[in-house]
Amino acid sequence: MTNVSNAFDEQKVLAKFLEENTLFHAPDPEIMEDHRVGARNEMEESVLSKGMDPHLVNEVRGRLLAALDESNTMIEQMGAAPGAKWGDIVAAIFTANGDLSMISPHGVVGFAGCCHYPIKFISKYWKDDPTVGIRDGDGFIHNDARYGGIHNTDQSTIVPLFWKGKLVAWLSATIHEGENGACEPGGMPAAAESKFDEGLKMSPFKIIENFQIRRDLQTFLQNSVRDPKLQYEDMKVKLHSVLRLRERVLKVLEEFGEEALIGTLRKNLEDVEVEVRRRIAELPDGTTRVVAFPDSTLRENVLMKFNLAVTVKGDRMLLDFRGSSPEFLNRSINTNQASFKTILLTCFLQNIWPDLPQTLSILSPMDFIFDEKSVLNGSFDTPQAMSLIPLFKAMTLPTIPMAKLSYMLPHRYTSIVAPQYDQPATLIYGGLTQHTEQVGNFCADINGNGQGGRANADGEHSISPPFAAMCDIGEMELIEEEIPIVRLGAFTLAKDRVGFGMYRGGLGYEQIATTRGTGFWGFMTGCTGSVFTPSQPLFGGYGPPVYPLCKIRNIDIFEKLKSAPENINFDIIDLMNNQPIEGATYSTHDMGMTFELVQPGEVYMICQGGGSGYGDVLLRDPALVAKDLEEELISHETALDIYKVIIDPVTHFVDEIATKELREAERRARIARGKSFDDFIQEWNTAEPPAYLPYFGSWDDRNVIYGVSNGQRIRMDGDKLNSMFMPNPKDVLIGELQAELSRARLELAKFGV
Amino acid sequence: MKVLVTENLRIDLDTELYECRHCGTELVSARESYKRGLLVYNRDPREIHKPLLDPSKYPRNYSPNPDWCRILEYYCPKCGTMMETEYLPPGHPPLHDIELDIDALKEQWKDREEVLEAPIGNAPPKRKAHGHCGHNH
Repeated sequence: MTNVSNAFDEQKVLAKFLEENTLFHAPDPEIMEDHRVGARNEMEESVLSKGMDPHLVNEVRGRLLAALDESNTMIEQMGAAPGAKWGDIVAAIFTANGDLSMISPHGVVGFAGCCHYPIKFISKYWKDDPTVGIRDGDGFIHNDARYGGIHNTDQSTIVPLFWKGKLVAWLSATIHEGENGACEPGGMPAAAESKFDEGLKMSPFKIIENFQIRRDLQTFLQNSVRDPKLQYEDMKVKLHSVLRLRERVLKVLEEFGEEALIGTLRKNLEDVEVEVRRRIAELPDGTTRVVAFPDSTLRENVLMKFNLAVTVKGDRMLLDFRGSSPEFLNRSINTNQASFKTILLTCFLQNIWPDLPQTLSILSPMDFIFDEKSVLNGSFDTPQAMSLIPLFKAMTLPTIPMAKLSYMLPHRYTSIVAPQYDQPATLIYGGLTQHTEQVGNFCADINGNGQGGRANADGEHSISPPFAAMCDIGEMELIEEEIPIVRLGAFTLAKDRVGFGMYRGGLGYEQIATTRGTGFWGFMTGCTGSVFTPSQPLFGGYGPPVYPLCKIRNIDIFEKLKSAPENINFDIIDLMNNQPIEGATYSTHDMGMTFELVQPGEVYMICQGGGSGYGDVLLRDPALVAKDLEEELISHETALDIYKVIIDPVTHFVDEIATKELREAERRARIARGKSFDDFIQEWNTAEPPAYLPYFGSWDDRNVIYGVSNGQRIRMDGDKLNSMFMPNPKDVLIGELQAELSRARLELAKFGV
Repeated sequence: MKVLVTENLRIDLDTELYECRHCGTELVSARESYKRGLLVYNRDPREIHKPLLDPSKYPRNYSPNPDWCRILEYYCPKCGTMMETEYLPPGHPPLHDIELDIDALKEQWKDREEVLEAPIGNAPPKRKAHGHCGHNH
């Protein structure tokens, strides 16, 4: 007995020692892997068990939403970051437990959804820590996505709300700030090869005391980034927007009492969860599936598989991402499951149930499964600075399997929509401005993605980013006043570059940019989808095309414009095919480009992409095809070859009889060239990916994952994935050139040279 | 009782068969992949997404690389409607993209009215603009 007792005491001492002497508070898996709303706390139980007057809840909810909207507007009006000006922001309110209850109606729900992780971290680790603590007037800052966040460009200010000495809620404001001191300007470094290349990595820490920003910590942060003015200004913007929100919520407490506030915040969460369970239960039981194939690490072309199976059983839904690509140790396109799940919330709210209140509890009835060390569930040490590559996919990936589950319902909550273009197609920039200020950020064009075709209408052109319906693309004249980018062509819809269908996707637009008035400037871009179509289509439509980065270098376009402006038409296709500027170097590239310096007058061109098509092209109303032609959205060739519509090139009248005949002929041709499925897969299916493809992920079996090690393809078990380490693309190129040189020397040696 | 599944497919719960919604042709058992009842064509993506930039000058030209990306087009064997498309790497097995529990489906629909035409969901409210003479601004 004595021995057992001693052992027990020793165990207790050890546990106490470890608790008091934790070396490092890394992200806590208990917090980071739990997307569900927690149990009611004592106060919530006390209030809700008595029942609440729905009119009171409605009134309090309305007051809170108005207050959140006001704070959001303050951030937008005062914020310095380009993201702030065009809507990449949010103000939010959380329960005392840290569960997200409401956001500003025009805000980005993903930003707020991520904040519940750092709030829970603060509550768990800092509340009772004698060196930190949580007091009225305190505020915390945070940006590291590993502790909760989309990516490290987003900085949040998080403030506890006290009422009569008791913590009753949390408030937050978040801005996509951009610049964060990473190895490339703008905060989204594709060149990051480890997490230490990512710049600022703020775990949640206290930076506000007595409602004021601590100047010593502020200086440290300013000293760590390229744009100290931006860092300071937006910290103040977020603080004062949250303080306004605090004032408004305190008024609610004074007027309605704490029970009304606490009950409303909690009831909002619980009611939404009940409604989501009801909506899942009305879907058919079964499994629907989709795959995506991003084609680049932003450093080299690879083909990654993102695999999703959605299974409904009763009122539960499982999203299974097993079989996706393994993570990369030295590429920055990994994400973690907390970020990924929060962005899935965005997808459900933007595409599937946009009528629901924007709260975290939408995810509560859902389960998620990932392989460990998957690129979608990256481990702590992987760089995640360009997590937008998997996260933008998460914004659209569920739309197809959810459409296949919900099409049959007797009613709809919104029109069924094919995937939106899902890449961050914008120029990221850095350098010295015309005002000699150092900056690094991105253009608001990231917000101009074309929508997918809908069940009853074409997709809207360049409507929004896939992560927020309310963001804008900004005014170019205002942007040109601040930074030395000159837009030579902007907002011209990219003709023929969209997903065709019975209802086509909305188009994206061309971005033709150069720089002037600076001696130090550069661009980068961070998109996949230059080799493999970025989004899958829906119900027999086509996806969008692929999009290259085009460059015209070794010239000064301004000099050329002085001498012969009439020769230059700022249209990407015209410029690249006709090459009107003599002596220039014309080239096309992947849309993943690490930061490169640009000389004044050199021209960089990309497209914001178009949405996927919905339904068979032969079912498109010929009148809509003629309208597209008239509006110069498509060419005559597309009208004829894709839609099989015969239109007079001069009058644009449709020859209906000839069109009908042509379409019937195409249907017969389809039947003639199509093979039976069983015969087709006999010749089509291969046992593994083609040897020439750098393919990562599962093929025919979700449990067998292909990856790479030391440049050689390997197979791994899905539950035992290894991280992948990629060679430096420059070393690969040097090796290829050396081999070529050796071969040339051997050839020359044959001739005695 | 027939249940709509996609823009192009429905299931007859009595016969447990997938049908083409455009011509009514019975395709295959609803307990299998509907793709087994369709014709398939392996499409070179450059035929749909044509190289808008001169391919002799530029390797990246708005066309997917056909060695990396193919389009599988699925047609109704009777009326030739393109019922599904999927973009896959060469040789990648087609997805079993819809796999419903038919017994649960029958149970779920026994008390529901048959839906003949898919409903349209609510569109977001249109911005109110000042307008006259048939145009807004």
